[in-house]
Amino acid sequence: MTATTHRSSNPAAQLGYDQPPARKGFFTDTSICIGCKACEVACKEWNMVPEDGLELSGMSYDNTQGLGASTWRHVAFIEQPKSLGGQESNLQHEGVDALALAGGMATSPAPSTRTQVDLGMPGTVLPGAEGDAGTATPFRWLMESDVCKHCTHAACLDVCPTGALFRTEFGTVVVQDDVCNGCGYCVPACPYGVIEKREGPTGNDAVGLAQKCTLCYDRLKGDLEPACAKACPTKSIQFGDLDELRERAQVRVDQLVAAGETGARLYGHDPDDGVGGTGAMFLLLDEPEVYGLPPDPVVTTRDLPEMWRRAVLAAVTMLAGGVAVFARERGNR
Amino acid sequence: MVPDANFTSYYGRPVVKPSPWTADIPAYLFMGGLAGGSSLLGAGADLSGRPMLRRGARLAALGALSGSFYALVHDLGRPARFHHMLRVAKATSPMSVGTWILTAYGPMAGLAAVSEATPFLSRRMRRSVLGRRLPTVGRAAGLVAAGLGPAVASYTAVLLADTATPTWHAARRDLPLVFVGSASAAAGGMGLILASPQEAGPARRMAIAGAALDLAASHTMESGMGVTVEPLHEGRAGTLLKAAKAFTTAGAALAAVGRRRRDVSALAGVSLLAGSVCTRFGLFEAGQQSARDPRYTVVPQRERLDQHARAHTPG
Repeated sequence: MTATTHRSSNPAAQLGYDQPPARKGFFTDTSICIGCKACEVACKEWNMVPEDGLELSGMSYDNTQGLGASTWRHVAFIEQPKSLGGQESNLQHEGVDALALAGGMATSPAPSTRTQVDLGMPGTVLPGAEGDAGTATPFRWLMESDVCKHCTHAACLDVCPTGALFRTEFGTVVVQDDVCNGCGYCVPACPYGVIEKREGPTGNDAVGLAQKCTLCYDRLKGDLEPACAKACPTKSIQFGDLDELRERAQVRVDQLVAAGETGARLYGHDPDDGVGGTGAMFLLLDEPEVYGLPPDPVVTTRDLPEMWRRAVLAAVTMLAGGVAVFARERGNR
Repeated sequence: MVPDANFTSYYGRPVVKPSPWTADIPAYLFMGGLAGGSSLLGAGADLSGRPMLRRGARLAALGALSGSFYALVHDLGRPARFHHMLRVAKATSPMSVGTWILTAYGPMAGLAAVSEATPFLSRRMRRSVLGRRLPTVGRAAGLVAAGLGPAVASYTAVLLADTATPTWHAARRDLPLVFVGSASAAAGGMGLILASPQEAGPARRMAIAGAALDLAASHTMESGMGVTVEPLHEGRAGTLLKAAKAFTTAGAALAAVGRRRRDVSALAGVSLLAGSVCTRFGLFEAGQQSARDPRYTVVPQRERLDQHARAHTPG
């Protein structure tokens, strides 16, 4: 990758930044997410994001529930009666004598005298069903750390009427708290439901303002990686130059598909999608909507020329009507 | 109804977020439309020599405009920063475009209304340089306001449609026509209340034509929205829009039969205004509801992807 191609893929280059750095972004590989939520905590700590509600949701281990004004990273948990990759369940064991097989092994270790200890991990069968050990059902647990997508064509930025939302030199999209007046237009504009107006807690500096992930703009300026990526213990969240991340993501998805995880796919990597590709892309193991992501997001400003044409047509119709209702006045007063 | 065969979501949670807007915004949609239509009516009444309709329409425009400003500022997270809207002008932001339309329109509509104070000025003030010119200034300002009024009434449709809110975006083609129809019906209705039957002819015609446009464009709009049309017929939005149709139809009918009766005309006006209020609140609420239910985000996008896949599958 040369510096030139880096710059050409960075939307900052088209906006008058002189020699911007390579576009920065995230690649979140959900196949290795362990659901520890270190990203959520690190994000809150670094960005001083206030508490966002303490409630039990009943949605697996997800009590965070979704991205919002005070949740800039959100780990989704999905429990599915499917197997993961090449795993097989319900194998027939009746005709197999495991002890005999073990005895036949030349270098078998001494049989352990220890009993299994319950580590308190979530079971895969209904409570109470352990005793009579029915057939095991296929099961997989998907986890995904969601974040602002930092779109190439960002609807929030397009519709912001104050210029509070801006494109940084890193190609990311950030709200300026001292400019935003809390009109809330970016909230319904976002096709991913990321940005939100902060409603509380009372006394917080950003109450009434639109809030979302900044991709740790302050840390990037200091040559540091974003807090969530720094904290991620499995490198499920990878930070870097977007072009390089795209290549890395492609290698990883090919690897998973070859290993039998045919559901593996990339999300947000395609510069030809409805938002021009995202600055935060994901490797998913199922359809996007399973994770609460839109399957085919579109920046609605794409349709704006057509919408303005229709609005002008309507206004002209109204103006002509206004003239017409008076033009008839001579005959009918 | 379209069956949603393989619709999945994350625990039924919404994908997009509903706007954080309160009742201020649908109230503004109504008042902005009323103001724009009234300016149009006021200028016509001025040029055609209908002083009562002129005065009523100009004052209605100023009243609705003041209400609009209040609602728009009140809805902000930081009302004291309302002027930050004037930092930039962005064609990609319907709210920015609207800000500038209102910035141009507001003073003109205001000036036209202020010129109605001429008869109440003292004789000396009326003979002053300013006093003598006030009616002329009012006419000129009123004409500019009339030119901008339809823009005030129609841009708000783009404001709603340029969002990921499924029902609003799906309505993008016909929503501007619905909005100008509703605005004309409301302004015409207000004219019927404020002017005598002798002067109210144009208001009556504007009311009936506006109501007809509102109803017809709504019908066309609904037929092209697919699954996202459902919120228009369900719950609170459904009730509001049913009421809107009833009020608008009844208002137009009363306006047509009450040509010589001021009481019937006024009743028609009230009914048309109520219809316009219900249209705006109903469409607003339907959009909010469509954002709260992931079905309206996922199903159309999934259909689009499946269509695309089918189109690119050989055989």
